[in-house]
Amino acid sequence: MRHLVVRYGTTTAVDAVSLDIDPGAVVGLLGPSGCGKSTLLRAVTGLDQPSAGSVCWNGADLADVPVHRRGFGLMFQDGQLFPHRDVGGNVEFGLRMAGVDRAGRGRRVAELLELVGLAGFARRAVTTLSGGEQQRVALARALAPRPRLLLLDEPLSALDRALRERLAADLSSILARTRTTALYVTHDHDEAFTVADQVAVMADGRILQTDPPDRLWRHPVDRRVAVFLGYRWFVPATALGLHGAPAACTAALRPESLVVDPAGPLVARVVDQRFARGASTLRVDVGGLGEVEARAPGADLFPVGGCVQLRVDPAAVALLDR
Amino acid sequence: MDRNGRRLTAVGLGLAALLPLAFLGVFFAWPVATIVGRGFVTGGALDLTAIDDVLGSARTWQAIGSTVAQSLVGTVLAVVLGVPGAYVLYRLRFPGRTAARALVTVPFVLPTVVVGVAFRSLLVEGGPLGFLGADGTFGAVVAALVFFNYAVVVRTVGSMWSHLDPRPEQAARALGASPWRAFREVTLPALTPAITSAASLVFLFCATAFGVVLVLGGPGYGTVETEIWVQTTQFLDLRAAAVLSVVQLVVVSASLAVSGWSRRRREAALRLQADGTVDHLVRRSDLPLVALTAVVAGGLLVTPLATLLVRSLRTPAGWGLDNYANLATTGSENTLEVSVWQATLNSLRIAVDATWIALLVGVLICVVLSRRPRHPGGRRAMGVLDGVFMLPLGVSAVTVGFGFLITLNRPPVDLRSSVILVPIAQAVVAIPLVIRTLLPVLRAIDQRLRQAAAVLGASPGRVFMSVDLPVLGRSLGLAVGFCFAVSLGEFGATSFLSRPDRPTLPVVVFRLIGRPGADNLGMALAASVVLALLTAGVIGVAERLRVQSAGADL
Repeated sequence: MRHLVVRYGTTTAVDAVSLDIDPGAVVGLLGPSGCGKSTLLRAVTGLDQPSAGSVCWNGADLADVPVHRRGFGLMFQDGQLFPHRDVGGNVEFGLRMAGVDRAGRGRRVAELLELVGLAGFARRAVTTLSGGEQQRVALARALAPRPRLLLLDEPLSALDRALRERLAADLSSILARTRTTALYVTHDHDEAFTVADQVAVMADGRILQTDPPDRLWRHPVDRRVAVFLGYRWFVPATALGLHGAPAACTAALRPESLVVDPAGPLVARVVDQRFARGASTLRVDVGGLGEVEARAPGADLFPVGGCVQLRVDPAAVALLDR
Repeated sequence: MDRNGRRLTAVGLGLAALLPLAFLGVFFAWPVATIVGRGFVTGGALDLTAIDDVLGSARTWQAIGSTVAQSLVGTVLAVVLGVPGAYVLYRLRFPGRTAARALVTVPFVLPTVVVGVAFRSLLVEGGPLGFLGADGTFGAVVAALVFFNYAVVVRTVGSMWSHLDPRPEQAARALGASPWRAFREVTLPALTPAITSAASLVFLFCATAFGVVLVLGGPGYGTVETEIWVQTTQFLDLRAAAVLSVVQLVVVSASLAVSGWSRRRREAALRLQADGTVDHLVRRSDLPLVALTAVVAGGLLVTPLATLLVRSLRTPAGWGLDNYANLATTGSENTLEVSVWQATLNSLRIAVDATWIALLVGVLICVVLSRRPRHPGGRRAMGVLDGVFMLPLGVSAVTVGFGFLITLNRPPVDLRSSVILVPIAQAVVAIPLVIRTLLPVLRAIDQRLRQAAAVLGASPGRVFMSVDLPVLGRSLGLAVGFCFAVSLGEFGATSFLSRPDRPTLPVVVFRLIGRPGADNLGMALAASVVLALLTAGVIGVAERLRVQSAGADL
């Protein structure tokens, strides 16, 4: 899509966004709620009309192609299964629209239910399914007509955390196996990094950065992106004594970046200590950095006001040019 | 609550149920039983000859035929025009939408006699559409019925549509369904309960239409309702009228059963989404539907009323307010026994009485029916009461009036000369409306709210005062408005019971339009305008009190 703009009245929800998706790739669109990512997705499907700019497929402008002729799949946060049809009736809907005969539909439905791990569910009423099962059916329904592009709008956000993590992994492998080109909208960076080959970070209607997950993680383009990814403190790279870092560079830190180590080069004073997930997190005052947090392995107690030594985990530090 | 307290509550509820039971027993069950008795029993023995006579007459079958025909055609047209209207008024966002919704609702609350007179003024020779020659025809009656019931379809279907999640339809579109196919395959099935519910109500209203048929239908045109009236007041054949009333009761019960069944399905099927997020600005593809709705609203709804208003200002001598000035008289050649203003005053007084009676009985019924007893016996009792109280829900006003006429004007209950007879009859007609307005609101109160109040130390009475009453408050205003408006415009029952020296405004209008003379016609038009303004004013005030979610989607 090129310079896409979507306005509602006086608010500009999507502001001159450009994004390319390679065939077979899964692009994650990551941003806080209200940043315009769902609007962008609706403009791609054709459900909303862009005020300016264009959506193209293989170079052909889609402006005059109505929603149902675009050949795009769409999956919503809460499934939006048709309540008056059973599981099979939902999955075969797109095939019926495409004029596939009954036998062909039956084969494809069985194949897809197998793929999403719901083999034999075809005659079940959708109202009897759990939230996770409903999303699996929604995925099967969206994939059945072999869409050229699958658009997923926060598909897992309504599920609880454990289920979300498991389904994100399943979803990722299903998309890879079916070689589906997809645009995956989410506000959860773990989910985006699990599923996507490329992640675009969006805020206030603009895309701030598009990169593969590892690169995005190591080199956020600016502080907003870094903060959104979970980096919380920004210090001059020189203060950390990192090797190979350009002098003018800013280092972004998160709680995992500093580790208590008696042989570490940094000296800090303990302000506070708390426990979570089997490790303890110290709030420390480091000379030259101010107050930051650091991880301590094990369950050792550190007296408040006492001194500890810290080392830097280079893998958990991001470097910003600005 | 201890055992005694619980018993006290049960006793209280029993007492609360007793008054409405007694009221409906005397003023509904007894008259209906008398009607059935009149039709089927002679001298203490079962006698079916009256049925043979009535059902053997071509006149009866003609009346049944026109009733079914006008109801079917009216219902189909109201649905076909109303569903697009519901889409335009509840799914599209445009300036003036609130006003448009209000405009569409106005006809439904107008008195039937006024609507009859308005269509007459449009269709008579010399009227704007006089060249159609439609005065007194089937077409005229059906047009008026659609005029009334368009609002029923628009509001019932629209209120459900405005809560319908648009995303299943969007999912269907993304899966390759064209807009029309997505509507047919996804949205229409979701709306079907609302459409069935609206259609069965419209059918009911069409089948029981009385005033409008009496005013608009020609001499050769009759329905079961008007036939009951003709047999009673002109042929004085009460047995034939009784048999016809039984026929009407069967028709009404059947459409009520369909309506109740679809209502339950609608409540079960509803998947709600907050209002306001699902509507969208008018798109180019919406324009045909917008145009259709504008034509219906302008042509069918506004034109008759505008014509009524304009023609009420026309006198034999030119334009002026003479017709309104004549309302202080009794009409040319003393057509009336009292002046129109006096009749208006009668109407207002009767409406006050009818309103408090209907509210008293209706609120008690709602309070009883909104309880959910935990004891199985109590629940069974509640189920029976529910059925009993819902019985009069759709009974035709003509049946009520006729039943009163043959039951309450001789010992042991002789109310013939009592001024309270007409208000009671109108209250019986209005009570279903009170129940429909208030019961959903009371039933929507979370039982746990009452339990929380009880745990905090509130007695059952206090629970009602502090939980139910505040929620009820604003809907109560709406119910008062409905009752008052229904009573003001009531014609079916009143036409049987009203005494010549104490007529109501609709009765006077009907009398005036049935008499020759330009003055009388002009007065009928002017009086109709007054009646329409009164009713619309009352409903307008009540609508302002309406809470967004407070029940009654009619």
